[in-house]
Amino acid sequence: MDVTVNGKKWSYSGDPEMPLLWFIRDELDLVGTKFGCGIASCGACTVHLDGAAVRSCSVPMSAAAGSKITTIEGLAKGAKLHPVQQAWIEEDVAQCGYCQAGQIMAAVDLLKINSNPSDADIDAAITNLCRCGSYPRIRKAVHRAVALAKG
Amino acid sequence: MDRRFFLKSAAATGSLFIYAPLEAATAVVPAASGQIGLYVRIAPDNQVTIGTATVEIGQGTNTSIPMLIVEELDVDFAQIIVENIATPWKAGANGRPESIAFADGAGGSTAVWDAYDGARQAGAAARHMLIAAASKRWNVPVGEVTTDKGVVWHKASKRKLTYGALAEAASVEALPAEALPLKPRAEQALIGTPQKQKAARAIVTGQPLFGIDQQMPGMLHAVIARCPLIDGSVRSLDDRAARAVPGVQAVVRMPRVPLTESWGQRNLAEGVAVVADTHWAAMKGRDALKIVWDRGPALETSEDAYAAAWDVLANGQPQRLRDTGNVDDAFAKAAKVIEARYEVPMVAHATMEPQNTLASVAGGKVRVITPTQQPFRAMMAAAEAAGVDPANVEVVPVRSGGGFGRRLYNDPVTEAVFLSKAVGRPVKLLWTRECDIAHDRYRPGGAHLLRAAIDSDGKLTGWLHRAASQSRRYRSTTDGADKFWTSEVFPDDHPGSLVPNNRVEWAPIVSLAPRGALRGPGHNINAWVMQAFLDEVAEAAGRDPLAYRLELLGEARDVPYNGHGGPVFNTGRMAAVLKLAADKAGWAGPGKGRGIAGHFSFGTYAAHVCDISMTEAGGFRVDQVTSALDCGIAVNPNGIAMQNEGSINEALSIAIGQAITIKDGEVQQRNFDTYPMMRIERAATSIATHIVPSEAPPRGLGEPMLPPFTPALTGAIHAATGKRIRKLPIGDQLV
Repeated sequence: MDVTVNGKKWSYSGDPEMPLLWFIRDELDLVGTKFGCGIASCGACTVHLDGAAVRSCSVPMSAAAGSKITTIEGLAKGAKLHPVQQAWIEEDVAQCGYCQAGQIMAAVDLLKINSNPSDADIDAAITNLCRCGSYPRIRKAVHRAVALAKG
Repeated sequence: MDRRFFLKSAAATGSLFIYAPLEAATAVVPAASGQIGLYVRIAPDNQVTIGTATVEIGQGTNTSIPMLIVEELDVDFAQIIVENIATPWKAGANGRPESIAFADGAGGSTAVWDAYDGARQAGAAARHMLIAAASKRWNVPVGEVTTDKGVVWHKASKRKLTYGALAEAASVEALPAEALPLKPRAEQALIGTPQKQKAARAIVTGQPLFGIDQQMPGMLHAVIARCPLIDGSVRSLDDRAARAVPGVQAVVRMPRVPLTESWGQRNLAEGVAVVADTHWAAMKGRDALKIVWDRGPALETSEDAYAAAWDVLANGQPQRLRDTGNVDDAFAKAAKVIEARYEVPMVAHATMEPQNTLASVAGGKVRVITPTQQPFRAMMAAAEAAGVDPANVEVVPVRSGGGFGRRLYNDPVTEAVFLSKAVGRPVKLLWTRECDIAHDRYRPGGAHLLRAAIDSDGKLTGWLHRAASQSRRYRSTTDGADKFWTSEVFPDDHPGSLVPNNRVEWAPIVSLAPRGALRGPGHNINAWVMQAFLDEVAEAAGRDPLAYRLELLGEARDVPYNGHGGPVFNTGRMAAVLKLAADKAGWAGPGKGRGIAGHFSFGTYAAHVCDISMTEAGGFRVDQVTSALDCGIAVNPNGIAMQNEGSINEALSIAIGQAITIKDGEVQQRNFDTYPMMRIERAATSIATHIVPSEAPPRGLGEPMLPPFTPALTGAIHAATGKRIRKLPIGDQLV
């Protein structure tokens, strides 16, 4: 089966049950996407599949076949960060940082659907766990990303 | 850096080592490296790399410790790169290795506290060596050479050289023979300024920073099926199906590791490891194992253990730890006696990055890459597991995806080293989330009986605190049971210490479940219990919670505090943070949903005002937390705010819904479905962090903001609903 990751096409012939997460991490060495729970609960493994956020720990390769995947490594355009990444730096969101790739992918997904979300919209849409309690800064960073995207 | 280097040079420089990089022993450090002492490296292009032996677990020390070094080194902080280094050590008096870093690891909120002098000395020493090198090159007196942001100057002759141009020569300069004079506080330009986290860009671009991201050539992946029954064992194993899974290379029985006090390996569950080409193959292999487990020595159940402890607290004689004045007399003469019982469960750490370690054992050498809070102990654990001298162990500490105390224990290091030795290849061991939650070193829970006596004016005259907990010293091989209380209660804590008749007692809640430290150990329960009960006493006295606290604290004075953060507790500093939080929040009583509390721990004074509003479903939302703290010199105010925000949300998450329970010898929780942690919808909406300006030496910061949040929250809940929360988690108590 073929999978396109960050614009590059790969073929895979292994176990079709293997979650997309482990293909990304162990076969492609794109380790920005994290393992957190394995049951699609925490969101540390969030990537975009055909443009929508999914929890890659619970997407089998058979379901990812033929799709276009974007990971945290594919978000920036060269040295130019995505506005959400830039906002994350400006608000200094990350403490340990482990969940933040997933948070950022979830936030990018939200902003595609809702270009100017309220706090309530953010609370409803971003359900990823952060154990360090960076949540108030995540809210601020999403708002800042809106402003950055507008230029 | 070669381990032998530390041994040799440490012997040569002795105790000076503690102060700085003072061992850039010329014979060993390659001159071309630009390594100026242990902690500073400068490349010819002037790129400065700062090493720190305090590991980064999200507490911000990869920013704050380099700030201390850079303050004296005199370079542009924005341009530096930070790296974590292995703990430098030397052979101690009895031949056992001893850390010689000014601060290493992460624990006890001591990184900045311990590093404050040593890290600045490290920066000053490197600058001193650069100046010495320049003075030789220009043939001018050292006193005529100055520095300015990475450039060395001889102003009289208008000559200058970059640090990079001098680094090679500086690296072989003699180390300062004694501690150097440091900048007076008023001249510090970096310390006290808000700095963003140095790793921010690497994090948002998904760089391989964490333990789980590391690789070694030829490595295999391991997953362990652990016995779910506490202290249970493998009765029988059928691994034929597991071995048949494509990619599975080995199935390895994991023995119980003998009890060794030194390195924290007090209990590793017995289990079966599957080692495979990929993590997924290891997972499939593990799922294919057929194991019959034998129960452990006890089939404990949490409810029964708590009931037994309550019986001791109510009817028995717990161990007496403090007894000042005449408590019995105070209660006999009281105008009113208030009594309450508080109860908290064990909780799991659940770091977002599950436990993991990458280890290679080959040819008598061990290499370990691990996210750990204790790299030095990791080295010792690895040496022990591999059966080699610590000099043959290299530990590469990497960023941890959260620590919170879990990574003080290096059980994954022991396991990974054991597995690599068993299969003869590098092994990356990754715990599943189910392993991580069901085999944690749990924060002990507690049962607390409190009794207060007040006189006719409402003044506190007697305070009795009887606490029971699952002490985390329970398997200590060095302490007898009479010392188990030492990690659990702090008899000099206020408010008890300010009451003339004060008794503190402790009893065990018997458990075999593995226990350990979690952010603010002991304090994270006791502060809630004591401060929440103080609210009840204030109410019985008909007083405002803030006014009652300030009255009790009284005139500013030092009160003895025997323990970490002591030797004294200053009532004035405590009152000041309460007042600051209250002023900033505009305190005018509890109102419709406001609470206040303060606590002293890790040498830091912390207070919060918490504002909540109730939701229709009987839940609540934390709208605003107004915090004040006095941690001495505030090195990185931005990092402090982040730690405060993290502490509040961690305490909130624990209060809302976290509990580990044991039934018939088995932990009941497995993953985030059965161990729910707070998501953004319940997080505090707004947090304001106010820092008391102070010239006192820096004290703890990662932990002390957590303990007083919970009582401020439950005080707010009482104000909003009239209900006293006396049992955590809050769960559906408000529905």
